Amino acid sequence: MRTFAYLSADDVATAVQAISTEPGAKFLGGGTNLVDLMREGVEHPDTVIDITRLPLTGVEELPDGGVRIGALVRNSDLAGDRLIRGRYPMLSQALLTGASAQLRNMATVGGNVLQRTRCAYFYDGTAACNKREPGAGCDAIGGFNRNHAILGTSEDCIATHPSDMCVALAALDAVVEVESVRGKRRIPLVDFHLLPGGTPQVETALEADELITAVELPPSPLAATSRYRKVRDRASYAFALVSVAAALEVADGTVTGVRLALGGVAAKPWRAYEAERVLLGAPATEESFRLAAEAELAPAVGRSQNEFKIELAKRAVVATLRQLLTEGGAA
Amino acid sequence: MRVNGVDEKFDLPPQVSLLDALRGTLGLTGTKKGCDQGACGACTVLVDGRRINSCLALAVQYDDRDITTVEGLADDEGPHPLQSAFVRNDGLQCGYCTSGQLCSAVGMLAEHKAGVPSAVTEHLCATDVELSEAEIRERMSGNLCRCGAYNGIVASIQEVATR
Ligand SMILES: Cc1cc2nc3c(=O)[nH]c(=O)nc-3n(C[C@H](O)[C@H](O)[C@H](O)COP(=O)(O)OP(=O)(O)OC[C@H]3O[C@@H](n4cnc5c(N)ncnc54)[C@H](O)[C@@H]3O)c2cc1C
Ligand code: SF4
Ligand code: FES
Ligand code: FES
Repeated sequence: MRTFAYLSADDVATAVQAISTEPGAKFLGGGTNLVDLMREGVEHPDTVIDITRLPLTGVEELPDGGVRIGALVRNSDLAGDRLIRGRYPMLSQALLTGASAQLRNMATVGGNVLQRTRCAYFYDGTAACNKREPGAGCDAIGGFNRNHAILGTSEDCIATHPSDMCVALAALDAVVEVESVRGKRRIPLVDFHLLPGGTPQVETALEADELITAVELPPSPLAATSRYRKVRDRASYAFALVSVAAALEVADGTVTGVRLALGGVAAKPWRAYEAERVLLGAPATEESFRLAAEAELAPAVGRSQNEFKIELAKRAVVATLRQLLTEGGAA
Repeated sequence: MRVNGVDEKFDLPPQVSLLDALRGTLGLTGTKKGCDQGACGACTVLVDGRRINSCLALAVQYDDRDITTVEGLADDEGPHPLQSAFVRNDGLQCGYCTSGQLCSAVGMLAEHKAGVPSAVTEHLCATDVELSEAEIRERMSGNLCRCGAYNGIVASIQEVATR
């Protein structure tokens, strides 16, 4: 690994000041993605600003019934938090299906949001990759693309965003709070990650000198009946082929509330607005679930190896909604 | 840094991982390097009692912490109960993954005791989740064993958990 300057910040003001004056600096959370990418030579910051000592490690209930999660809360601590388990079980489950217990003990909320794609060509310095080197081409389109995206892709990049946590956050209407020397702003999670278009190297709405300080969940009675389902090549410790975060409310056999998001299908956690529209007010039946899934996946495009994901995603949506209907949520 | 109860002082460039510091600088070669990218668990150590992968940890980030490696599991009384159980139950073949498995299992039992759920826990809010075989396999999935000694590993952990 190339060497770099290391500094550690004890408060937010110091951290954002440091990054604004050090071009080529990066924040370091748990390091589980950044250290890996630095070792592979994909990332090479001149300065690394350790933010794990920042006092952003709380999970607090807000007066309106929502929850504020500090950016440095470890993935394992968030998954195990009593408030999250009871009120937002899909988030707890999503976190618990991600990586391994060791990695979850290291990984932070901010780092999880900003983790980069697992596309093998992005990691491989000898491959053509527009995300790593704009204009170089995309070896995944004609190559190994079994794990790649089916929604919102472009001819420049078909990578997925690999986070499980973010799929639940998208379904829960989470808001990301960020701070820089210019002040604070709030970005809805669904607008945080960007589709590739002609600029796959631009992955998020975050500016280079902005720090994620917190993620806020609005109150959601609906979320108490929710689940996360992850489909993958082995039962544990693997990234999703497809995943579904869902919350369902049914009264007198009719869907009165639904939140749905998909993972493993796009460069961003995919909020399934179209499926939600079809479901709201429809009878809570297998047929409606299937129609909703069909509607959401209608624009999907398969490549040489990942065509199967389209049907898989539909079935995963139906299975998750069916389970919510018959067994209730995971709390 | 405090390692296995001893205060250690050393100067290293920031790119050195905790794994390389333990093995190279301190000579504690019990902790193993498998993949060096977070994918195998051979490098698992405990930091303030919590299990992490030391290969993706920069040593500088942990300079004020309390680290336990496999060398620190035994005490004056003898081996750690998990170590004895691994021997009794054939919890290993070549032994390359074993130090990681042991540290991971110590961390896992503490997590379970604290009431932490796993991805296979049916009701996330349940307070006393039984450490079934399925629970142990899921909670230990971050430790791969190339020799496939999983049955012995699970049996060893179950033995200690139910004692
Ligand atoms: C083997 C393996 C398997 C995995 N499996 C899964 C899986 O199944 N599902 C899944 O979801 N994830 C998985 N992961 C990914 C893991 O969840 C991420 O690596 C982790 O969440 C990143 O968090 P971190 O704190 O370690 O981030 P870091 O590595 O510290 O940082 C990642 C990026 O975020 C930036 N950053 C960090 N915090 C902030 C902040 N507060 N503000 C601004 N920028 C910040 C850093 O500069 C860096 O660019 C896996 C990882 C590995 C190594
Ligand atoms: S899919 Fe995206 S990340 Fe992968 S090689 Fe193509 S441009 Fe690079
Ligand atoms: S060497 Fe650290 S996980 Fe494989
Ligand atoms: S005993 Fe050989 S790798 Fe586990």
